[in-house]
Amino acid sequence: MTLTLGHYLSLGAMLFALAVIGIFLNRKNLIVLLMAIELMLLAVNMNFVAFSHYLGDMRGQVFVFFILTVAAAESAIGLAILVLLFRNKNSINVDDLNSLKG
Amino acid sequence: MSQTLNASTLLAVPLAPLVGSVLAGIFGTRLGGNWIGRRLTHSLTILGVLVAFVLSVMTLKSVALDGARLNETLYTWMVVGGLKMEVGFMVDGLTAMMMCVVTFVSLMVHIYTIGYMEEDEGYNRFFAYISLFTFSMLMLVMSNNMLQLFFGWEAVGLVSYLLIGFWFNKPTAIFANMKAFLVNRVGDFGFILGIGLIAAYAGTLNYTQAFAKAGELSALTLPGTSWMLVTVICICLFIGAMGKSAQFPLHVWLPDSMEGPTPISALIHAATMVTAGIFMVARMSPLFELSDTALNFIMVIGAITALFMGFLGIIQNDIKRVVAYSTLSQLGYMTVALGASAYSVAVFHLMTHAFFKALLFLGAGSVIMGMHHNQDMRWMGGVRKYMPITWITSLLGSLALIGTPLFSGFYSKDSIIEAVAESHLPAAGFAHFAVLAGVFVTAFYSFRMYFLVFHGQERFDQNPDAHHDAHHDDHGHGGHDKPHESPWVVTVPLVLLAIPSVVIGYMTIAPMLYGEFFKDAIFVDAARHPVMQELADAFHGPVAMALHALSSAPFWLALAGVVSAWYMYMINPSVPAAFARALKPLVLILENKYYLDWFNENILARGARALGNGLWKVGDRALIDGFVVNGSWKLVGWVSGQVRKFQSGYLYHYALVMILGIFVLMTYFVWLNK
Amino acid sequence: MDIQTGFFYLFSAVLLFAAFRVVTARNPVHAVLYLMLAFSQASGIWFLLQAEFLAITLVLVYLGAVMVLFLFVVMMLDINMDIFREGFWKHFPLAATLGALIALEMAAVLMGGFRLTEAPQAVVASGQVVAPVSNAKALGILLYTDYLMPIQIGAVILLVAMIAAIALTLRERKDSKAINPSQQVRVRAADRLSIIQLGVTQAGLAPEPPAAAAETTEIKP
Repeated sequence: MTLTLGHYLSLGAMLFALAVIGIFLNRKNLIVLLMAIELMLLAVNMNFVAFSHYLGDMRGQVFVFFILTVAAAESAIGLAILVLLFRNKNSINVDDLNSLKG
Repeated sequence: MSQTLNASTLLAVPLAPLVGSVLAGIFGTRLGGNWIGRRLTHSLTILGVLVAFVLSVMTLKSVALDGARLNETLYTWMVVGGLKMEVGFMVDGLTAMMMCVVTFVSLMVHIYTIGYMEEDEGYNRFFAYISLFTFSMLMLVMSNNMLQLFFGWEAVGLVSYLLIGFWFNKPTAIFANMKAFLVNRVGDFGFILGIGLIAAYAGTLNYTQAFAKAGELSALTLPGTSWMLVTVICICLFIGAMGKSAQFPLHVWLPDSMEGPTPISALIHAATMVTAGIFMVARMSPLFELSDTALNFIMVIGAITALFMGFLGIIQNDIKRVVAYSTLSQLGYMTVALGASAYSVAVFHLMTHAFFKALLFLGAGSVIMGMHHNQDMRWMGGVRKYMPITWITSLLGSLALIGTPLFSGFYSKDSIIEAVAESHLPAAGFAHFAVLAGVFVTAFYSFRMYFLVFHGQERFDQNPDAHHDAHHDDHGHGGHDKPHESPWVVTVPLVLLAIPSVVIGYMTIAPMLYGEFFKDAIFVDAARHPVMQELADAFHGPVAMALHALSSAPFWLALAGVVSAWYMYMINPSVPAAFARALKPLVLILENKYYLDWFNENILARGARALGNGLWKVGDRALIDGFVVNGSWKLVGWVSGQVRKFQSGYLYHYALVMILGIFVLMTYFVWLNK
Repeated sequence: MDIQTGFFYLFSAVLLFAAFRVVTARNPVHAVLYLMLAFSQASGIWFLLQAEFLAITLVLVYLGAVMVLFLFVVMMLDINMDIFREGFWKHFPLAATLGALIALEMAAVLMGGFRLTEAPQAVVASGQVVAPVSNAKALGILLYTDYLMPIQIGAVILLVAMIAAIALTLRERKDSKAINPSQQVRVRAADRLSIIQLGVTQAGLAPEPPAAAAETTEIKP
């Protein structure tokens, strides 16, 4: 059967769902959290590219470009924070990060 | 209207006593530095009242003989919407008569006070108050609109409060003056409702303008009910009269008001203030004539008061209380006459009663002075030997009160009894019985008092509560237990009051009741209430009336009362005690004044206090402070406490919330926001 | 089924498997490696969608830089993974349900509404039909004309990210003698040197105690 836009979008949806599950399951592990975020961004990018292809509009890909940029910046800083946390608390257990408790 | 009176002259009538009062009240007391002494104080105030009296008599002459009238607004105080609030005078027969009565009795009381309050520290203050009262009462009777009437009404209530509590260090006096004020307030509540209704429906407070609209008002009903508007108005106004004129059940303040000095009992609680209610109903006769229901109500209340208050007078030991209950009973008579549409008869009785009741009070005061301020009749007796002038004048007053033919009381009382007999209202049957029975009762208690005080054995030494204190300083005579006649300042007013008590009825009955005197002041719907017409047909002159009385019931009832009193207190003094033992439950009810005071104090007052307490503790503290005010911040605090749990500081909680949020948004946009 | 569809299904299957393993792997290094696998499959899919430039960019940037960075960090931090696995399988049913729901919802929308099947025409910009250009060129045309400003902003974002990362994690060497310029500039003379008035020294008197001499030279470091 021919591939429709829907196939690609469903793929993106499933990826996104998996990433959400990942956050839910691994909420205490910061590194896996960050990885799950990358997966979510990947899912979104998938959607954009699929739309760009099927609607014949390049702008979708332009947006992916920017998302990639920002995602890269964000992982860098996220990991820097992670490293700093580990340095100070010697653990990446999220349970230990409750100084901002209300 | 053949002439008009001079408004400025009339203005001097209330203002002269006011000036006297202000001068005495400010400069004669500590307020102004005690500048003027006693002689100047009483001279100033008496001068003020004398001026008022002379001008009133001149006005009466103009009104009665020359037919002069005045209805003028002197000052517009405020205009709100279309409602004008004015100060003005309406002077016609009714007003002129009231002015003369008020100023004359006030003058007599002023002179009397020089003797009675001689030893009192508050001498100047007293004169200031009674002059102020005179001003207020004059403003009330001379008013041409309901607002000024209400002003005078409240002002006399205020002065009554001040005077009842004159000896403010006495707890009973303070209790009494609060009681008077509060009970009056209940009446005033109805009164102001009535005035409000008139203002709302007639759009004016002025008498003539409001009465002109009376015809339109008679067709209306109170919105939301099926009651006739005029009935509601009249009953509300009458409730005001019930308070001021001490009708049942708002009469409870008047016996207690005897805590005040005797001169004011004479002035306020016999002759003038308590008659303000009667005056008001007579003044509003165009309205009252429109409502038979209201007239029935008035008649019933008056009849109850007339009879049952008389019963209470029989068992009193305090001389002033007897006269107080007598006043209540006579006010009941006046009210019954109003109910029978015989307004002029009621006002006529008002006038005659003012004279002889003031006389009786002042006489009682003279006796009290002679008895060194003992007021208990059980420890008097045989006073006539020592105080002849007081004796004679009191006898004349009592004869007038019981309705002895040719005395003034006879003409007014018998006219009332006849008017009630002629009335066709449903309540007239009961009222007739009540006023007739009342004649016997009145005669009985009046002569009981007379015999106990002036005749019989002298019982001065038997008084267990006799106090031998500072009152004796000024007497300075050897046998200080025996009474002596009062000074001329006391006895001259007694004599001057005795004269009209005897003759004024005979002289004025024809022009007042059956003549033109009240023609334009009092309105009677002759078609529906032909009472006055029938009385006029039966009247053949004062002498004829007196002779006719010999064959009518009231005369014989009164005679029976006198004879019974003479028998029970002069011939066989053990009879009253025997009666009391036999009728013990009845006596108990009478001694407790029909348990009305008990009801007022324990149920109404206690209930009001409990309500206030409840509203404070529950309504204010628990509900408003605790629940609404405190509750709201506690609620906010609690909610914040719960919301705070969201800020756990844990990253994964935040992530979870974000995911849930995404889910909710997704669901909304996918399914619900098509 | 033609070859493209087959490749699509292959790549998708591996992608989804890899994603699943990312979130369920016990060893974080494995998780990172599976992530790399996932990205490479995604890149393949993008090739199928004729977005070559982005596919290559994905490989270069993500696989080459970001994932390597992840690996560095994972390997550098000594993590005890056991804590994290507590209650993992306890929550799995709920998580699975939630995930399934999300996926199904999305699919319901997407499958229902998007049935575009037209063979991908010549990818054009702004819907105008022009001579077919390569994907990179088409992207470039757009980026350097309409989207110049966002490019610059993206560049600034990257710069800021770099500065932030350095600023966060930079540790000074303790034996470094480098001077902090801002502190240097803010030095006050009064902090370094203070001049004290001395009494006149008189010859012939008892010699000044040495403590007084020591007091005269207070030079604060």
